[in-house]
Amino acid sequence: MNSIQKNRLKDQLFKFWGIACTLFALILLVVFIGDILIDGIQRIDWDFITDLPSRKAEKSGIYTALMGSIWILLLTTIIAFPVGVAAGVYLEEYSKKNRLSALLEINISNLAGVPSIIYGLLGLEVFVRIMGLGASVLAGALTLSLLILPIIIVATRESVKAIPQSLRDASYALGASKWQTIWNQILPASGGGILTGVILALSRAVGETAPLIVVGALAYVPFAPASPMDEFSVLPIQIFNWISRPQHGFVENAAAAIIILLLITFVMNGIAVYFRNKWQKKLK
Amino acid sequence: MKKLAFILSIALAVTACGNKKEQKETTNDTVQLEGTISVDGSSTVYPITEAVAEEFRTVQSGVKVTIGVSGTGGGFQKFSRGETNLSNASRPIKDKEKAACAENNITYLELEVAYDGLAVLVNPENTWVDSFTVEELKMIWEPAAQGVIMKWNQIRPEWPNEEIHLFGPGVASGTYDYFTEAIVGKSGSSRGDFTASEDDHVLVQGIAGDKYALGFFGLAYYAENKDKLTLIGVNNGTEVVKPTLETVSNGTYSPLSRPLFVYVNSTSVKLPEVIEFVNFYIDNAGELSEDVGYIPLPAELYTKQKENFKAFVESNK
Repeated sequence: MNSIQKNRLKDQLFKFWGIACTLFALILLVVFIGDILIDGIQRIDWDFITDLPSRKAEKSGIYTALMGSIWILLLTTIIAFPVGVAAGVYLEEYSKKNRLSALLEINISNLAGVPSIIYGLLGLEVFVRIMGLGASVLAGALTLSLLILPIIIVATRESVKAIPQSLRDASYALGASKWQTIWNQILPASGGGILTGVILALSRAVGETAPLIVVGALAYVPFAPASPMDEFSVLPIQIFNWISRPQHGFVENAAAAIIILLLITFVMNGIAVYFRNKWQKKLK
Repeated sequence: MKKLAFILSIALAVTACGNKKEQKETTNDTVQLEGTISVDGSSTVYPITEAVAEEFRTVQSGVKVTIGVSGTGGGFQKFSRGETNLSNASRPIKDKEKAACAENNITYLELEVAYDGLAVLVNPENTWVDSFTVEELKMIWEPAAQGVIMKWNQIRPEWPNEEIHLFGPGVASGTYDYFTEAIVGKSGSSRGDFTASEDDHVLVQGIAGDKYALGFFGLAYYAENKDKLTLIGVNNGTEVVKPTLETVSNGTYSPLSRPLFVYVNSTSVKLPEVIEFVNFYIDNAGELSEDVGYIPLPAELYTKQKENFKAFVESNK
């Protein structure tokens, strides 16, 4: 076997290894989703969505947990989106390359790696106790905003960085100020990437349990939050709670609630893909 | 951007519509109270309190009861800061927690609401074990047994010369703390080489699929899986007892049964809705705890709890 043949063989082997790895990940996902669907799909009906939690598995529903999750999602978006995008734009467009900006960058990367329960402890001390927000939806959303800010900042920076310098130069050449360039050229051009990052970050937030339990999210709330200061529960907590119950009916409930949670994240990822494609077309 | 705003507004509208669901009218001749009662604490006691809160809604729909699951310790931390009205606990309050309450001038009443039993289980194909003594269980589970007690015939010579496979709840669970305290003598101290899972369903599967398995977990899980597991009686010093409604309730299934508690503080019992809720709790705890897999106290004990509570309310008027 000469070296060309050897190289071809290696080429082929690597290709099959790649295919095997991809299939492995995919099969795991399919098996998991299939298992959950078999357990839970027949449990999902309108009553399951609109009922309160109950000690009887067949009478239990996810109403308050679902509403809590939606509230958390909305408030987290409202808080994290503008802050994260502004910080990303600042770091990419305004900050000078000096010690301070290097320090900022290192810290943001570090923040992205902090375990989520630590954010929960931070949220408990700062938002719940010092700011006196109590175990409210707002305190939960602020905590999750902190958690996903690094992801949004990094996504924003990457998309802004990808904008060709010629676009900026053209804008300046026409006499636009820096702010006009950012608002009218850079943000619209990088919008697809930024939104994708934000939505993926929010998909992560909607699945978080640990930090919210620390902040004081509840397991049983007989009402949907009516204001940001109300107490709340979220879907992952409801799922966790059901899984730890001995009666078999609750396992079905948990599977059904997992399907709803997966649906929410799939829809959000779908929206992310949609925006990305739309923006890409517009740029062309 | 417009699309995103549109999606957000739809979601908001959905939340807003949802709130109307809360304004259900109940037709009841008792005085309708209003207010919020916050409960936190043990996840073991949670199912009982949830059941009580659920039933309480049908008589007092204006009172919102919220329940958290911070664990017994986490619950007492909030309770001692005056952040909650009631605290669920799967063990009595510790001295340190008492001191924290005293520091914030919080006095409280302890109420027993139900019993929880721990079941010791083997595979149905295991025909040799009929009972364990507490000493034998200690010999199997104590830290010194790690790597030493590995075979069934080391416990009793007539048992098979086969490896013993141990299953138990994760070390972070209250069930584990309680088993080690009752058997080994020190809470949280046991051998480390056993299959541990926070999910008791995993333990059920593990023991059901392994002839040489031995494990323990809450009685409620056994009740749901009677056909897959064999329950083993424990010798309490005088006789071999299997955990049942009667033996746990009358205290002969010892030491693997424990009382579950709810604590209420003195400032809360000035509120009529809390008094109503606690009375409702004591009245219904027997039936509801059985519903969720626990064991009710003897009726006279509930009567006693009720008297204690009445006295506590009187003394804090």
